[in-house]
Amino acid sequence: MTPRAVSAADEGLLNCHSCGLLSKNVPNAHDRCPRCGAHLHLRKPDSLARTWALLIAAFLLYIPANILPVMHTASIIYEEDDTIMSGVVYLWTSGSWPLAILVFCASVTVPLAKLIALSVLAWTAQHKSTWRQQERTRLYRLVEFVGRWSMLDIFVVTLMVGLVHFQSLATISAGPGAVAFAAVVVLTMFAAMSFDPRLIWDPEQKQDD
Amino acid sequence: MSHEHLIACHECDLLLRPPELEPGGVARCPRCGATLYKSAHRSQERALAFTVSAIILLMLANFFPIMALQVGGNQVSCTLTSAALMLYHEGMQELGILVLITTVIVPTAQMLIMLYVLLPLSLDYLPPRIPDMLRMLNMLRPWSMVEVFMLGILVSLTKLTAMATVIPGIALWSFAALMVLMTAAISAFNARHIWQLLPLENA
Ligand SMILES: [Zn+2]
Ligand SMILES: [Zn+2]
Repeated sequence: MTPRAVSAADEGLLNCHSCGLLSKNVPNAHDRCPRCGAHLHLRKPDSLARTWALLIAAFLLYIPANILPVMHTASIIYEEDDTIMSGVVYLWTSGSWPLAILVFCASVTVPLAKLIALSVLAWTAQHKSTWRQQERTRLYRLVEFVGRWSMLDIFVVTLMVGLVHFQSLATISAGPGAVAFAAVVVLTMFAAMSFDPRLIWDPEQKQDD
Repeated sequence: MSHEHLIACHECDLLLRPPELEPGGVARCPRCGATLYKSAHRSQERALAFTVSAIILLMLANFFPIMALQVGGNQVSCTLTSAALMLYHEGMQELGILVLITTVIVPTAQMLIMLYVLLPLSLDYLPPRIPDMLRMLNMLRPWSMVEVFMLGILVSLTKLTAMATVIPGIALWSFAALMVLMTAAISAFNARHIWQLLPLENA
């Protein structure tokens, strides 16, 4: 780390989020990027408020997403409701444990870890913490990267529903848990997008002045 | 300080002089380690080749069945669209739409926009509305989930094999190839290089 880090904001410069051009932060001047025409912001607008709102919504939906069935199987011999967890258990007991671990990570670990990680990021940024800034930036990058993989179960349910509909023999349909689960994935993706990682580094700049 | 030759890290706002890159090199932020940009060496030609192949595979992946299931004398096959529509008609409209957006609409839009930008550029001509196109690409990127869907195919294949005979379809192989080609196209695509071709208005 360089001892005297100067941020663009310190020099009164705005970084265009769209094309990366720096422009002078002139009050009351046109707030559009001279190269690409995007609206210029010093930081993402209302970053923390938006992140918290989306996170809280995602936390609330996380409960029905795990309790309610994501898939319903009806056949002549039996009827069965599958939750996210019972789907993992089924894969495990049927012997495909590498896939069981994979689905467990994508559908159980990742959404929860993501909710916790984003809460930590938002909380520390809100309290202008200078604690482990590099690690926190790396955590943010990781959260952004892995979030999409939680859609795995939604795609599995879609394919099962699309294939298993033998009228008299067996039919699979999607359950309300799948909608809640998809909502958690989408909400946490939006939460990660509205968080501004530059907030992690802003506190240090203020002390340098 | 003159800012014409400076850039700021998009993840930590550090002000820095953009380093010159060797062909194939990557510039990283010295403070937070973010990837700032990649070398533009031959990147657009590679991106165009991958994009054209990806568009062909997108068509195969969407029009042919992913797999077929055989139970007794019955056989049912499904394409990606038919599976999503099945969700839609069962009253799970939001899910059906989400699946279509992340696996069909967004990847197709990404590849068509890249074709729109890269094909004229390869003929040394700058097509109109480049800023809107590049902004759209940025916005679409997180919602393109072909590789996650490919994993979904593998998991459902495993689950279904326990129930009945599964016959892999053309789209299954197309999705596997599409996943590789799209990743290659997007990582070769050099947005910074294209931004630098644009003039500065009212600067
Ligand atoms: Zn711009
Ligand atoms: Zn940085």
